[in-house]
Amino acid sequence: MADGTPRPRAVLGDAVWGVRAYGFIVAMWVRSTMAYRASFAMMLAANFATTFLDFAAIMIMFSQVDALGGFTLPEVAFLYGTSCVAFGLSDLLLGTAERVGRRVRDGTMDVLLTRPVPVLSQLAADRFALRRLGRIIQGSLVLGWAVLRLDLDWTPGRVALLFSMVLSGAAIFGCVFVLGGAFQFWAQDASEVQNAFTYGGTTLLQYPPTVFGKELVRGVTFVVPLAFVNWLPALRLLGRDDPLGLPGGLDFASPAVALLCCAVTGLVWRAGLRAYRSTGS
Amino acid sequence: MSDGDGEFIDVRELTKTFTVRRKTGLLRRTATQVHAVDGISFALRRGEMVGFIGPNGAGKSTTIKMLTGILTPTDGSLRVAGVDPWQERTRLVRRIGVVFGQRTTLWWDLPLRDSYGLVRRMYRIPRARFEENLARCVELLELGDLLDVPVRQLSLGQRMRGDITAALLHDPDVLYLDEPTIGLDVVSKARVRRFLVALNAELGTTVLLTTHDLSDIEHLCKRVVVIDHGRLVYDGLLSGLHEVGRGERTLVVDLERELPPIEGIPGARTVRTEGPRQWLAFPASASAAPLVSQLAADYPLVDLSLREPAIEDVIARMYAG
Amino acid sequence: MHLLRLNFAVALSGFRRYATYRVATAAGVFTNTVFGFILAYTFIALWHERPHLGGYDQSQALTFVWIGQAMLAGAALMGGGFQDEFHERIRNGDVAIDLYRPVDLQLWWLASDLGRAAFQLLGRGVAPLAVGALAFDLALPSSPWVWLRFLLAVWLAVVVSFALRYLFALCGFWLLDATGLNALSTLLSLFFSGMLLPLTVFPGAFGEVARLLPWSATLQVPADVLLGTHPGGSAAGLAFQAGWALVLLAAGRALQTAATRKVVVQGG
Repeated sequence: MADGTPRPRAVLGDAVWGVRAYGFIVAMWVRSTMAYRASFAMMLAANFATTFLDFAAIMIMFSQVDALGGFTLPEVAFLYGTSCVAFGLSDLLLGTAERVGRRVRDGTMDVLLTRPVPVLSQLAADRFALRRLGRIIQGSLVLGWAVLRLDLDWTPGRVALLFSMVLSGAAIFGCVFVLGGAFQFWAQDASEVQNAFTYGGTTLLQYPPTVFGKELVRGVTFVVPLAFVNWLPALRLLGRDDPLGLPGGLDFASPAVALLCCAVTGLVWRAGLRAYRSTGS
Repeated sequence: MSDGDGEFIDVRELTKTFTVRRKTGLLRRTATQVHAVDGISFALRRGEMVGFIGPNGAGKSTTIKMLTGILTPTDGSLRVAGVDPWQERTRLVRRIGVVFGQRTTLWWDLPLRDSYGLVRRMYRIPRARFEENLARCVELLELGDLLDVPVRQLSLGQRMRGDITAALLHDPDVLYLDEPTIGLDVVSKARVRRFLVALNAELGTTVLLTTHDLSDIEHLCKRVVVIDHGRLVYDGLLSGLHEVGRGERTLVVDLERELPPIEGIPGARTVRTEGPRQWLAFPASASAAPLVSQLAADYPLVDLSLREPAIEDVIARMYAG
Repeated sequence: MHLLRLNFAVALSGFRRYATYRVATAAGVFTNTVFGFILAYTFIALWHERPHLGGYDQSQALTFVWIGQAMLAGAALMGGGFQDEFHERIRNGDVAIDLYRPVDLQLWWLASDLGRAAFQLLGRGVAPLAVGALAFDLALPSSPWVWLRFLLAVWLAVVVSFALRYLFALCGFWLLDATGLNALSTLLSLFFSGMLLPLTVFPGAFGEVARLLPWSATLQVPADVLLGTHPGGSAAGLAFQAGWALVLLAAGRALQTAATRKVVVQGG
């Protein structure tokens, strides 16, 4: 969080320090959570169960039909699992970045600014909720089941694509969380808008793109690039064509899109913080 | 690094202007400029302990926020320990400690000990140094039994002592205290004050203190800086403060429409404008009558009111108590 | 008469409190609308595969989606409302003061929650439903009587939802960490209200049981009253809701008495 014109070296140094600081704040919260093991176990189970509901709804749908938008249950489960794990990772690591509005309102944003640690690190690590592993575990189980049932030919390249998809997806969702937080520097009460993109986004990506209108698919490909979280790479792994007929190379573009998102998010976050520091409200 | 010679905190013509958008109709909003801090200058030497007072909304917190690098000034210059707080916030915060009386800087759900552990790592305090500082604070502020209690279970007085400790673990050169005794019982107040005196005497920590409780100032500070309506109205010895009571009065002028700041009225100057309303300050000793007649002749007046210096209340309370 | 006026005042203050958060309300409308679109498309795909699934045609199914989004905040189908505040008062012991007030605790919270619901149904319900009606072909009735019956059903839905949440909240007297209970309450409500999928789509005996549970009174029944698809007619649906409301409020009353005794015995 160097102010003024950033130098590349300084930015890198800040980033490393930011990640380290994030790490030790998180470690503190994990230790504190583990002091109440029974309560933690219960919350983990609750998180697992709540996030599983979406898949329960999908299973009920498939108790009535054989295919949805031309996709079978294991195929939908594959989309569901990848979306869920990517979103779960970002929710675990950056989910609390949405508390910007609340912190501005109660004045504790100022407290964060008086400490020698990047504000974003402090914000994202604060009240780190390990129970959010529940969603990741649940999504991984569904994903594992889908992979077993689908009988795809897992070459090393395809395995690499699967992992890069989930990690890039987590980065893209993470950017949405941070952008949502940054947006609240300007509109403090609007925290719920980002739910449309985070929770809404992960719900959308649990279903095949063929289910949705082309305009909507185009929107989440080019405007909010959620299609790169799983749709485009997953369709390739499933051997399906994407409904927009995009060039095949885009199926591998998720890491690049994720990097671009991170750059844009970094700039918007800085602008938000700068706006806060000049208005103080 | 030039914080050894000259002033340790150096504030010159510091200004902070906020744009406030107010609803004036169903859909219309008008933007008005509010001068929260309006060209104040003062300086602190290393090791001074100074009271920073003024009525509510005078601009105290805004000034503190600029001094700590939280807010960027609109205009003027500002150096703390040789650093520009706004430009080099992260470098500066290692050298300052901040205590906000009304909100804690500690982690609500963690025991004090864990909060301090986090502070140690955030400020990269060498362990020996940390242990030494913590031991001193724990002894002087009598925190021994409280270290393993989560912050949310502490009383206000205990929490305040915990907060002061957290602000001092990294050996700051400057300590900003914003209402440190607000809501505290008599015993806690006395304990906090004793501690601050000792801190200032033994370590030479520079302290800037805002408070509503003027007995804080009497116990702790020889010098006070007083602001009102964003302007400096007094800077000097506590004993000379009563003279401020004879400072300036303010004429609040409502014009027919928004106009540039009023000029050319002898003995008065415009200190604030907000839409068609303007504030004119003039010496309390002067009569308002000639001023008003001159104004009425030169400007389209709608309404007038006279305001005695708000700071008088503060001082009145001080000498009554 | 005095009591009625008092409760009305409490409800009004609940309404006003939520009405001050304009930006938050707009943000909520936006999110409800986005979710409405996502669900609507999945329902179109589902009803394309199985027309007349669950006894609905496609436009009825879409109407169900948007009714759900319109009632989500008002009937607190994902939690929210008074529980957070109530839990906090139980946790910090302030509830002991409430128990000794001359006004009845359950009635007081009910009134305040009805006020909140009234605002959220208007502020957060009408706009998504209107957007849904513009974007999709919905099966909205033209008879004002049906709408009146629907409004009654929505009111009963809020009462049942309150009664359920009140029961869960009261458990906080015995379990200090109520977050898990809160999560359980949300989970049951989301699934068994019909928020994710209409309960008529749930297969076999599971579906039959789900339709008898109290959560069904919070969304499934009001939607069926509007669509005219409740088996046995709308009157039966309303009676079902009223029955659960009475049973649950009575249970809440009994639990509240037990809780009061506990507070008195243990001193809070």
